[in-house]
Amino acid sequence: MGTLTSQQPTTLSNEEILRYSRHLIMPEVGMAGQQNLKAARVLCIGAGGLGSPLALYLAAAGVGRLGLVDFDAVDFTNLQRQIIHTTEDVGRPKLDSAAEKLTAINPFISVRKFEMRLNSSNALELFRDFDIIADGTDNFPTRYLVNDACVLSGKPNVYASIFRFEGQASVFATKDGPCYRCLYPEPPPPGLVPSCAEGGVLGILPGLLGVIQATEVIKLILGAGDSLIGRLLLVDALAMRFRELKLRKNPDCPVCGDHPTVRELIDYNQFCGIRGEEAPVMPAAVPEISPEELKGRLDRGDDIFILDVREPHEYQICNLGGRLIPLGDLPARMSELDSSREIVAHCRSGVRSAKAVTLLRQAGFGKVRNLAGGILAWAEKVDPTVPKY
Amino acid sequence: MKVLIPTALRQYAGGQSAIVLDAASVDDTLGQLGTLYPDLRRHLFDPQGRLRKFVNVYVNDEDIRYLAAERTPVQPDDTISIIPSVAGGSPYSPESGTAHGNPH
Repeated sequence: MGTLTSQQPTTLSNEEILRYSRHLIMPEVGMAGQQNLKAARVLCIGAGGLGSPLALYLAAAGVGRLGLVDFDAVDFTNLQRQIIHTTEDVGRPKLDSAAEKLTAINPFISVRKFEMRLNSSNALELFRDFDIIADGTDNFPTRYLVNDACVLSGKPNVYASIFRFEGQASVFATKDGPCYRCLYPEPPPPGLVPSCAEGGVLGILPGLLGVIQATEVIKLILGAGDSLIGRLLLVDALAMRFRELKLRKNPDCPVCGDHPTVRELIDYNQFCGIRGEEAPVMPAAVPEISPEELKGRLDRGDDIFILDVREPHEYQICNLGGRLIPLGDLPARMSELDSSREIVAHCRSGVRSAKAVTLLRQAGFGKVRNLAGGILAWAEKVDPTVPKY
Repeated sequence: MKVLIPTALRQYAGGQSAIVLDAASVDDTLGQLGTLYPDLRRHLFDPQGRLRKFVNVYVNDEDIRYLAAERTPVQPDDTISIIPSVAGGSPYSPESGTAHGNPH
C-alpha cells in the first residue's frame, strides 16, 4: 500500500533527527517514513480512554498534525484509565488538558482542538483536513457516523472498542476493505445491549486497544506491515488471549457495497433507535420521592421499605441499608416484597430503579416510588459521607 | 465443539466463557445453547426467531454469513465464536446505556 499523505516533501531539523533517531535507523521507517509521519494528518475522535494512549503515542512518534475532537471536561472517574489527564486537570476541558500534554511530549507537532459534538452536519467538513480518522468513541450513533463519514470521504477508520476486559480492533473503510457496517449492518436496539450496569472497564484495556490503534495508524502512514484491514482483532485481557476473525467487504453493504443506498450522512440517533436529539431512552415517568423527603420520612420513623436494585458489587461500595435485589432478578423475586408496605426503590442514579418501579407497579404494587437521582443524589443532598462512584 | 461466550453475554450463560456442545450445525448449536440458557436465547434471537443482526457468529475464523449461514455444518473440533457489537470507548456511567453522545 502506498502512503496516505500527499503533502510537499517535509524535511526534518537536526533536533527532530535526534529525537526520532530510533525510528530513523530502522529500515521500515527511515528518513522517508519519518517525513511521512511528519506530513500526516490524523484526527482522533475522543480524548478519553482510547484517545489518551493513541494521541500520546502518535505525538511521540512525530505525527505532524493531530486533531482532537471532544467536548467533555475531565472528571475524577476518568483518571483510572484516561492517562493523558492528571488529577490537577479535573474540571478542565479534556481538549486543553490533552493538547498541553501532547505539545509537552513533542513541540515539533501541531495539535488542533475541535471542541464539538461530532454530528452529521459537521463530520464530512472536519474529516476533509485529515488523512486518517481514529475512532475512540463510546456509543453506537457516533460509531456509525464515523464509519459512514469515513467511507463517504475515502478516509481509513482505525477502530477499537472495549467492554470490561475485552476489546475489538480493526481498520475500516479503506479503498477495497470492509467497513464497520460490513461487520455489523445494524446497531442493537437501545436497551438490548447488555446494560452497562454490569459494565465498567479495566483501566488498562483502553491502553491496550488505544496502542493497537496507534500502531495501525502509524503502519498506514508508513505503508508498512500487514494492516488489520479485513481482520477483526479480539483482545481478552483477562485470559490474555489475542484472536482474529476474518472480515469481508459485503457487496450488499448499504454504504460501501456495490450499490450503496447511503450516499450522505443520515440521522444516526434515529438509525440507532434513539428518539430526540442525544436523548437517552428514558423509562416512562414513575412516581418519585426526593432524597430530602425520604430522609425526613425515615427520621420520623415512617415504615418505608428500601429496595436496592443495583448489583452486589455496587452494594459493597455504598448502600442505604436497603434490601438488595438486582433489577435483573426482580421479576423472579417479587414475592420477597410486601405489596402492602410503602416501598422506595433506588439504584445508582435512578434509571434502573425507575424500571423496577414500573415492573412492580405493573405487578400490582401500588405504593412504590423511585428515589429521584438514586444514591448519588442521596450522597449529594442528604449524606455527604456516602461515596459517589 | 466449543462455543466461546463473550463477556457481555456471560451473565446469561451461567457466567461461563466457553461451553462444549455436541451439535451438527450452527443452528443446532445455538438452539442447544438457547435451551440450556433461555435468557441467552433472547439476546441471540429476535422475537421472530431470527439471529439478531448485531450478533455475529463465526465458525473458527469465518463469518457464517459467508458460509451457509445458520445451516453451516460444524465439526467436533470447531470453535464457534459469538461476537456481538460493542460500542464502548469507555462506558460513561453504569446507567447511561449506549445512547449518550459522549466521546470518551
